[in-house]
Amino acid sequence: MKVSLFSTCLVDMFYPNVGKATVELLERFGCEVDFPEGQVCCGQPAYNSGYTEDAKKAMKNMIKAFEHAEYVVTPSGSCAYMFKEYPHVFEDEPEWKEKAVQLKEKTYELTQFLVHVLKIEDAGAYLEGTATYHTSCHMTRLLGAKSEPITLLSNVEGLQYVELPHKENCCGFGGTFSVKMGDISGQMVDEKVDCIVSTNADYLVGSDMACLMNIGGRLDRQGNKVKVMHIAEVLNQVPKTKRNEGR
Amino acid sequence: MSMKITDETFKARIQKGLGNEFMRGAVSSAQNSLQGRRLGAAEELGDWEKWRELGEQIRQHVLENLDYYLMELSENVARRGGHVFFAKTKEEASAYIRDIIEKKDAKKIVKSKSMVTEEINMNEALEAIGCEVLETDLGEYILQVDDHDPPSHIVAPALHKNKDQIRDVFKEKLHYDKTSKPEELARFAREVLREKFMEAEVGITGCNFAVANTGSVTLVTNEGNADLVTIIPKTHIAVMGMERIVPTLEDMEILVNLLCRSAVGQKLTSYITTLTGPKDPGDADGPEEFHLVIVDNGRSDILATEFKSVLQCIRCAACVNVCPVYRHIGGHAYGSIYSGPIGAVLSPLLGGYDDYKELPYASSLCAACTDACPVKIPLHELLIKHRQNIVAREGKAPFSEKVMMKAIGMGTGSQTAYKIGSKLAPLATKPLQSDNRITKGIGMLKGWTDTRNLPAPAKEQFRDWMKKRGKEGKDQ
Repeated sequence: MKVSLFSTCLVDMFYPNVGKATVELLERFGCEVDFPEGQVCCGQPAYNSGYTEDAKKAMKNMIKAFEHAEYVVTPSGSCAYMFKEYPHVFEDEPEWKEKAVQLKEKTYELTQFLVHVLKIEDAGAYLEGTATYHTSCHMTRLLGAKSEPITLLSNVEGLQYVELPHKENCCGFGGTFSVKMGDISGQMVDEKVDCIVSTNADYLVGSDMACLMNIGGRLDRQGNKVKVMHIAEVLNQVPKTKRNEGR
Repeated sequence: MSMKITDETFKARIQKGLGNEFMRGAVSSAQNSLQGRRLGAAEELGDWEKWRELGEQIRQHVLENLDYYLMELSENVARRGGHVFFAKTKEEASAYIRDIIEKKDAKKIVKSKSMVTEEINMNEALEAIGCEVLETDLGEYILQVDDHDPPSHIVAPALHKNKDQIRDVFKEKLHYDKTSKPEELARFAREVLREKFMEAEVGITGCNFAVANTGSVTLVTNEGNADLVTIIPKTHIAVMGMERIVPTLEDMEILVNLLCRSAVGQKLTSYITTLTGPKDPGDADGPEEFHLVIVDNGRSDILATEFKSVLQCIRCAACVNVCPVYRHIGGHAYGSIYSGPIGAVLSPLLGGYDDYKELPYASSLCAACTDACPVKIPLHELLIKHRQNIVAREGKAPFSEKVMMKAIGMGTGSQTAYKIGSKLAPLATKPLQSDNRITKGIGMLKGWTDTRNLPAPAKEQFRDWMKKRGKEGKDQ
């Protein structure tokens, strides 16, 4: 199965390890992963701030970059959802809208792709400790991916999953909101961190590096030792000897 | 109270909200309990999504055919002996009400909770001609006694006050001498209000839903005060936003279900009263005269825009009760009687961008509001539409943001620019970095680093690793 990876700009620039883990994970399950070089940012920061025309330039670049992909997989619920919104954005440009619909239909967030396309609920991973999971807003409310990451996490050997109190509350990232309304955003992430600490978990796992950068940044500021991991990194925790045991 | 509740800057309001530990404690505990109750009440009904769709359909149908239903409603109110007045502006609305009261030479007015009467500055207009206008909803009464403290929530206006603060208000203003037990506070207010009810000459209410085919007005309360307002005085004036119509009693039943469950997590509130016109000969009670004031005040303008769906709102405040931003800054920070996500969408539409241009940004776009809305208003999308207007049409976006967006726009508008930009990032942020992280940002970045660290950009970008791997083989 051929998969084109949409790494997201945060992973490309700040978290290459998440990209690596995603590639290795997909390959372990028999996917042939390529990285279309033309990809930039999905346009969400500009679009959500009201700069639609600027956003459209990025979006057109992305549509072109992934035009020939069979499947587009991304380790971000929020960026995947942005792709799903492209047809709305190009409502008045029929030619681009058609292409946007094609992109929308072949785009998957990583855990959805694993569970629904590859039919994998147990990724064969091993990690010892306790993990709690941050349900990113766009991923759960807008994309509708709620159960997939929990299913996958629950099947990680050695890992005990504990639910995060008030898990539905936003972590306060919100793109430009986090700098523009830094004071409010700071209070939101502070409350989120309190909830995480209350679980006594060793790991905070999530499916969106934007939220994890926000929460992780606060944990780091507090000198807290909770380890922040993207779900791809967790699912990629396989002893080297076992790496060829996938399909 | 007008719609605008303060002249303080948005920044000052936020700081005030964030610094008010009392208020934040009250708001977060109310949010926690209301969220749980709302979800329970929705689940109990079963098929909640189907109910929401039905609610949305009814509201959209009414908005599509608003001219028809306004006509039907006014004909039926008139047929049952009531008077209908269409007010284009808030001034027209409050002038009409003032005229009725002046003609009757009435001085003692009781009213039940109504957002639209606040929107049209009605109390001030009546007080200016020497009337005593008494709020009888307990929350509104507390605020009125506390020198007109503005409401901070559309359903629970005194949400920002806890019971000890309420006791202090009563003690200072009304010589209350008992404890802060809610029962004692409520009993005290009830005794004061009962006397006022008996003396009142005119009763004024809002209107949760007007039923077009019967000409009725439905009022939803938990205190029963609206019933006393409509029954005891000889004249009843109901004031409604022009969109608050349902076609039939059956439609009303669906929306009342959605309203009560979404607002307070109850199957039904204690009192749901549907009134049709003044009392008929032989009726034991009811007003002798009934007026329905239908307020436009900018609503028909909204109807013609991409913001039309905001008029589906049934003022349940479910969006407010789940909003993480409201949770931390409270209602007063919005500077409008309409707070929370619905306020951030509605206030700029009714009051203009000059006063409310910051509100659409007071959201992380987490979409909890959209998810909670019982009539499926896409609130977070409407906030983005406001931002689009502020940037493009109004040109009111702040300079620093424009610069940032231009940079992002350039960096994402072409592959080459993105590559150059992302390559430069580690270098450009070098002076700010220490120990592989940024702890003290400058410019807009400061908003982040005041409370959080930021990782330094990676030395090797993911795309370079991918490229190298492609060339060198996979087992590196």
